[in-house]
Amino acid sequence: MLLKLEPRGETSRAMVYLTPLLAIFLTLIMGAVLFALLGHDPLEAMHAFFIVPVSSAYGLGELGVKATPLVLCAIGLAIGFRANVWNIGAEGQLTLGAIFGGGLALWFYDSDSVLLLPAMALAGALGGLAWAAIPAFLKLRFNANEILTSLMLTYVATLLLSLLVHGPYRDPDGFNFPESRLFEDSALLPVMIEGTRLHLGAAVAVFVVLAAWLILSRSFIGFQIKVIGLTPAAAGYAGFRHSNLVWLTLLTGGALAGLAGLFEVAGPIGQITPVISPGYGFTAIIVAFVGRLHPIGILGAGLLIALSYLGGETVQIQMGLPQAVTGVFQGLLLFFLLACDVLIRYRIRWTLGTPKETRRTAA
Amino acid sequence: MIQGVFKTLGAAALGMAVTLGAASAEPTKVGFVYVGPIGDHGWTYRHDKGRLAIEEAFGDKVETSYVESVPEGADAERVIRQLASTGHDLIFTTSFGYMNPTVKVAKQFPNVKFEHATGYKRSDNVSTYAARFYEGRVIAGILAGRMTKSNVIGYIGSFPIPEVVRGINAFTLSMRKINPDAEVKVVWVNSWYDPGKEGDAAKALIDQGADIIVQHTDSPAPMQVAQERGVFAVGQASDMTQFGPKAHLTSIIDDWNGYYVERTKAVMDGTWSSGDTWGGLNTGMLRMATYNEAIPAEVVEEAEAARKAIEAGSLHPFAGPVLDQDGKEMVAAGAVAEDGMLLSMDWYVQGVQGKLPK
Amino acid sequence: MIETLAAILVTVVTAATPLVFAATGELVTEKAGVLNLGVEGMMLVGAVSGFAAAIATGNPAIAILVAMIAGAVMAFLFGVLTLSLMANQVATGLALTMFGVGLSALIGQDYVGTPIKALAKLDIPVLSDLPLIGPVVFGQDFLVYLSLVMVAGVAWFLKSTRAGLILRATGESHDAAHALGYSVIGIRYLAVMFGGAMSGLAGAYLSLAYTPMWAENMSAGRGWIALALVVFATWKPGRVLVGAYLFGGVTILQLHAQGAGFAVPSQALSMLPYLATIVVLVVISRDSTRIRLNAPACIGKVFHPET
Repeated sequence: MLLKLEPRGETSRAMVYLTPLLAIFLTLIMGAVLFALLGHDPLEAMHAFFIVPVSSAYGLGELGVKATPLVLCAIGLAIGFRANVWNIGAEGQLTLGAIFGGGLALWFYDSDSVLLLPAMALAGALGGLAWAAIPAFLKLRFNANEILTSLMLTYVATLLLSLLVHGPYRDPDGFNFPESRLFEDSALLPVMIEGTRLHLGAAVAVFVVLAAWLILSRSFIGFQIKVIGLTPAAAGYAGFRHSNLVWLTLLTGGALAGLAGLFEVAGPIGQITPVISPGYGFTAIIVAFVGRLHPIGILGAGLLIALSYLGGETVQIQMGLPQAVTGVFQGLLLFFLLACDVLIRYRIRWTLGTPKETRRTAA
Repeated sequence: MIQGVFKTLGAAALGMAVTLGAASAEPTKVGFVYVGPIGDHGWTYRHDKGRLAIEEAFGDKVETSYVESVPEGADAERVIRQLASTGHDLIFTTSFGYMNPTVKVAKQFPNVKFEHATGYKRSDNVSTYAARFYEGRVIAGILAGRMTKSNVIGYIGSFPIPEVVRGINAFTLSMRKINPDAEVKVVWVNSWYDPGKEGDAAKALIDQGADIIVQHTDSPAPMQVAQERGVFAVGQASDMTQFGPKAHLTSIIDDWNGYYVERTKAVMDGTWSSGDTWGGLNTGMLRMATYNEAIPAEVVEEAEAARKAIEAGSLHPFAGPVLDQDGKEMVAAGAVAEDGMLLSMDWYVQGVQGKLPK
Repeated sequence: MIETLAAILVTVVTAATPLVFAATGELVTEKAGVLNLGVEGMMLVGAVSGFAAAIATGNPAIAILVAMIAGAVMAFLFGVLTLSLMANQVATGLALTMFGVGLSALIGQDYVGTPIKALAKLDIPVLSDLPLIGPVVFGQDFLVYLSLVMVAGVAWFLKSTRAGLILRATGESHDAAHALGYSVIGIRYLAVMFGGAMSGLAGAYLSLAYTPMWAENMSAGRGWIALALVVFATWKPGRVLVGAYLFGGVTILQLHAQGAGFAVPSQALSMLPYLATIVVLVVISRDSTRIRLNAPACIGKVFHPET
């Protein structure tokens, strides 16, 4: 007996929504097996992983806090990926956003102007944009592959942040420890729900999701991005320039990542520290693909992957499991999410013996 | 089907809650927040040894939990809060970057006691603690000053923060007291933990003439390199003898066990109060590993005498006069450096090559 | 002076060797049209498996073999997901890294703080004592030479063998390769697993030779650098070697610059290897036609014979 994948005539609408549920279901079963093998109560583990973290208002707020940078970065990346622009340096662009926007907060430390926060947001977006402009320029002017340049610039950004927090950004009253002053209230994002840390940035992220959805599905730019992603050669015939799209997608991605970085320092962190992101820019790449490069999908994927981080912490606290186990479990969750997508375009057939002549469907 | 699973999950949780509620004599719960993985064999590894010491000391009267590799950004506050809200009575946050989140959460949970390592902000329910590792550097300085032949010492730094600079200065002052010709070369690897890079830094320093390697990073890689290249080295965090039996002069060992047990006991007895502990050699918070057999007996004696003098308080690592690189007097003759100055140290003493990055 | 230079070169070579292994493996994977971003995860699993095998058997050859198998098994898992189930390659590779970091930590729990004897270095009488070239050319450990053999072997395989031609064709146009009757999926499985085995070997180099120990996350991002080097090399094996030695060289030189007391902040010096890689890439990329010929056209694209 053979397991065989057979193409569906057209993508299955039902499967678009069913496969994530199927993936989660399979993960629950695999997870239960994994935890049972390690000698832990599987039900307790699954409960701690998926339910406990979001069973309070604070927990739900934390889910939003954790998902915000992931979703913002992933939207920006997805726009590029759709056009075959491989920016994998969102982490560095995020860091530059924190350096620029957060730097403004330190520069105008005494200001209580209502304009400070919008100015910081603008500076943060510009910082990320500027950092993304480098790979864009090098790609278009010198043909340098953006995968390499954007990745290398991430390391440079991290070191630049380190340089600044060990130097000019240091808290003058902080005994020369490497972190900045705590931001004043005028430089902090307002919290939307009392008793949580859910800040205005989360609302902005949702707005960005909706805006991206509209632009990608309804506008001419969205159409151009789609065309160039599918058949790069066709773009020339259709009369728009490849270079403009490279600029557009990279700068948009950079600006959104920069905004995400600023939201971290002006939101939950509240100061500039040597570590701003635990790899959000990289995780966002997974978020973008698990969300199938679709803004709404990215929102869902961002929330789910954020939950898996919170769940990992809960499992450690509640059951004393090492982080290694949650890492393995997170990997499994992602494997299932990615693998189950095959069912959207293919159906599984159990066949006996050799498969018959296969029927050719739409190319 | 999926609903069914969740229903079962819910029922299981309910069952658990009932069992927990029924238990009468509740153990004291102690939580730990770690910056790295327990398997780093360095900083976090030593803190986890302290956690295990608590378990060993109090058996089923305590319950400990930990969260590993918690980034020092937005996540720290949530993890600390989660520990506080799940019935932990005492929470150790074991890295400098947790300072502000710890203070913030502590405000919301006045009945929970917090202990923050290496910071300087305290409140009614937040204590701070750290070890005077620089005292160990004094001993290392004596060994290096006596054992070096090239008079070049290689020092691997993690980040240019006061803690590390203090160690470099204490080491250099102590070494130059007995060997004024010896100099210290510093290489920063911009990481607390990257075995490959630390090893490469050790190689670079040895290639530049260093015959003793001192490290303020956590991995045993520099010790291994020293062993391979036939020079001496001073280990950090754990006893690193087994990684370089011939090279290992000594190690400066972090030992949080005593402090952790003591503070847990204080919480159990209801005698815990907020304070600042900066423990030196006399508290056992840092210890020296065994000395290398290749060190002449009189040098060991000298080192041991210094250790005892520091423990007794008769020898201060920063007793004046202390001059900075430019010859400016930082500590006057007859005085000793105050803790405030030590805490924020951002200048090199004479004998350290290069400039401190600012 | 010559001794110092020789010592620096030896250090550069050892720092670059894990990058050479991992990047060469990934190059073959990518030449077959598959992008596996899970190098870091495969390296870590290779490192811990090799270490565990070395402790258990005391035999370095077995340890290296085990590390390669472990890397290949990880890559096989990636293959099942991306080749058989047609999952997205970029995301699956990243997930593989997450999985590998966790899995290696889990396996390695009991090995933390355990010392192990480093792989022996070659010591040929007379030759190894020659000034400069002695230690650099004749005084390395066995794996360093293997890395050079591997680069040469892969270059020869891709350029001059029929199998190499088929592999490249698969990466250029899977539909054409399929139409000619080759099993695209089968070839890609082999290429992916070769890449995994090489990443495992890179891991073994870390835990057995470079820094003989096991510690969580000990690869510290080297898998990512290896990935970047494949791009840097414009998919040419020889250039992988150049890239790895360049990167390793600048890394070691900046440490030396610090030791020599350069009055530049260490963070700025640490940026140099990354900046140097970008600058060199810019210089070599200007001739756009030649680059395009090397980059496999089908990289990252899903293949299904019936679509």
